[in-house]
Amino acid sequence: MDAKTVVISASIIAAALVMAIGGYGPARALGRALTEALDAIARQPEASDKIMRALFVGMALIESIAIYAFVIALIILFANPLIGYILK
Amino acid sequence: MKIFNIFPETIFSIGPVQITDTVITTWFVMVAIITICYLATRKLSIKPSFFQEILEAIFEAIEKTIKDIIPLNPWLVLPVLGTLWILIGFSNLAGLIPGLKTPTADLNTTLAFALISFSMTHVIGITTQGLKGYLLHYKEPTWILLPFHLIAEVTRTVALAVRLFGNMLSGDMIAIILLGIVGLLVPIPFSLLHIIIGLIQAYIFGVLTLVFIAGGMRTKS
Repeated sequence: MDAKTVVISASIIAAALVMAIGGYGPARALGRALTEALDAIARQPEASDKIMRALFVGMALIESIAIYAFVIALIILFANPLIGYILK
Repeated sequence: MKIFNIFPETIFSIGPVQITDTVITTWFVMVAIITICYLATRKLSIKPSFFQEILEAIFEAIEKTIKDIIPLNPWLVLPVLGTLWILIGFSNLAGLIPGLKTPTADLNTTLAFALISFSMTHVIGITTQGLKGYLLHYKEPTWILLPFHLIAEVTRTVALAVRLFGNMLSGDMIAIILLGIVGLLVPIPFSLLHIIIGLIQAYIFGVLTLVFIAGGMRTKS
C-alpha cells in the first residue's frame, strides 16, 4: 500500500464515520424537540403559532449540526487537501 | 462528465471577473421575479385579481412575521428582508427546472446573503439606538462575555451561509444519486421534499436574521 491508497481509503472511511456519528446526535435531538413541541401543543392548542415558530427555528439550528457534518464529509470526499499534498 | 458539481463552472469572464453558471441562473431568477411582479401589479384594483391577491397574501405574511418578532416599525426592515426572503425562496426552487443549477447550492451566493444579513443587523442596531447604545449591548450580562459575543458575530454568519448551502446541495445530490440508481418515479417524492425544504430554509434564513436584529436591541426592552 502506497501513501496515496492509504490516504484515499482513510478519507472514505472518515467520511462514512462523519455522516454516521454526525447524523446520530441531531436525529435524536430533532425527535426529542418534535415530541416536546407536540406535547406542548396538545396541552395548549391556542399557543400553537408561537410553539411552531420556535420549533422551526430550533429545528433549523439543530439540523445545521448535521449539515456541518455533511459539508465536512463533502470536503473530505471531493475537495480533500491531503490528496494534493501526497501527489506532490 | 462530472456528476457532482460542488464548485461553480466559469462560463465566460469580463476582465478579472468570472461569470459562473450560478450568476447566470441568479440573473434568470431576477428576471423571472421582476416579470411576475410587473405583470401582477400592472392593473391594481380594489377588487383584486388572482395574482394581486397572491402578492398581497405574501406581503401580509411577511409583515405579520416581522411584527411578531421585533417590536419596531416593520418598514425599517421590511424592504431588505422581504427581498431576501423572496429571492432566496425563488432561488431555492430554481433548481427544479431542468437544466438550471440551484444558485443557493453555491457557497458564494449564500455567503453574500449572509453578509447582507450581517450588515443589516449592525446598521439597524445603530440606527435605532445610536452607536453607544448599540455597543453597550455587547457587555450584557458582564464584560467577561465580550469575546464570546465577538466570536458569535462571525460564527453565526458563517453558520447562516453553510446551513442554506448544505441543505440545497444535499437536496440536489440526493436527486442526482437516485436518478442514477432508479430513473423512473422514485425521485419525485424527494423532489417534493426538496420544495418543502427550500421554502422552509428561506423562511428560516429571514427569521434568524430577525432574531439576530432583535438580539442586538436587548438593552432597550
